[in-house]
Amino acid sequence: MNDSTSALETAAGADHAPVDHVDLGALLADSHVNEVLDELDTELIGLKPVKARIRDIAALLLVERARKQMGLVGGSPSLHMSFTGNPGTGKTTVAMRMAQILHRLGYVRKGHLVAVTRDDLVGQYIGHTAPKTKEILKKAMGGVLFIDEAYYLYRPENERDYGQEAIEILLQVMENQRDDLVVILAGYGDRMDTFFRSNPGLSSRIAHHLDFPDYAPTELEEIAQRMLVGMQYRLSPSGAAALHEYIPLRMKLPHFANARSIRNALDRARLRQANRLFAQKGRLLDRDALMTIEGDDLRASRVFA
Amino acid sequence: MKITQGTFSFLPDLTDAEIKAQISYALAQGWAIGVEYTDDPHPRNFYWDMWGNPMFDLKDAAGAMMEVTACRKAHPKVYIRVNAFDATRGFETTRLSFIVNRPAKEPGFQLKRHEIGGRQIQYTIESYATQKPEGERYE
Repeated sequence: MNDSTSALETAAGADHAPVDHVDLGALLADSHVNEVLDELDTELIGLKPVKARIRDIAALLLVERARKQMGLVGGSPSLHMSFTGNPGTGKTTVAMRMAQILHRLGYVRKGHLVAVTRDDLVGQYIGHTAPKTKEILKKAMGGVLFIDEAYYLYRPENERDYGQEAIEILLQVMENQRDDLVVILAGYGDRMDTFFRSNPGLSSRIAHHLDFPDYAPTELEEIAQRMLVGMQYRLSPSGAAALHEYIPLRMKLPHFANARSIRNALDRARLRQANRLFAQKGRLLDRDALMTIEGDDLRASRVFA
Repeated sequence: MKITQGTFSFLPDLTDAEIKAQISYALAQGWAIGVEYTDDPHPRNFYWDMWGNPMFDLKDAAGAMMEVTACRKAHPKVYIRVNAFDATRGFETTRLSFIVNRPAKEPGFQLKRHEIGGRQIQYTIESYATQKPEGERYE
């Protein structure tokens, strides 16, 4: 019983007697949001505009909390967001962080992320969509609902498509239960623009449109290094040189998906490394040999062909 | 006559904030929430109608409250209860159940005497409400 009542009390924190001064610094330290923001800065490379916007939102929520302590009521700000950007620019990763940040700032109560796509929201026959969408919304209450590739919800070529029904339920909840959940719509830039143009109601209920820029080659290199550390691999000097050449070449090819392409390239390099090690069966392998990716592992890629 | 059954039956009716707090508690224990309704107040009536599916995997009480509100809207004049089901092996049963909605006027029960052999008397109770057909009991 105790957890639940304390949660209620914080939600109703405005009932406390208004105070004269608020210390934003103390509030900030209290919320531990700085740790998440710093983590965001160090762990995610690039994405300057996105990080700046997240800091703005954090500041807004802190000030909102301070205002509440002073007894000023302004209604909670709407925090529904749209993330647009090319494939592999980190939309899902940032959404996860967003849930944490909003939780630390006390905007959402639980701070979990429910990631869904069209399939999870839209039903297959009449009367199937509403319960399905509601089910997901109920699960997302108290947290963040992340709808990936949101433009698939709306299919203009089929006027009897059930996606429209899902959008309507979504709109209703986004408007009426703003305190209970935050909806993040994500997708590729141009298609999201068309989607919003054909659903003006949705667009106007989303206060924050965050655009995820493509990564620069140097940023991709850093990302690759970070991924390798995470997988407990490392590049030999020749490997690093090969990667340096690989990235600009890969960027020119079609279907380039930023960090995701880099991850795939590394996975294939791991494959080739394993093959190379296997070929020299006679030799005893040390830790170093198992961890190192050589230049040849990368240069065997068809990108260099 | 106010029907009392389930948890908190001895307390005044719970407010929405209290219902929400109880649901939060149940969710924190990992129990699933179900909403049920009936217009037959007999204490031995175990078969209430389900309002939608039981809600597994909820994190926050707001989702369950949505269903409680929807059920109240559709059936404002009948009994509605919230059940919390514990799926843990060994329990696998309802751990918490309380009434969240009741008709404005509850007519109560009639005591019936039934004479059997040897002038013995069997007693039973019957709700005045159930003397009317289903759907018209709390007009």
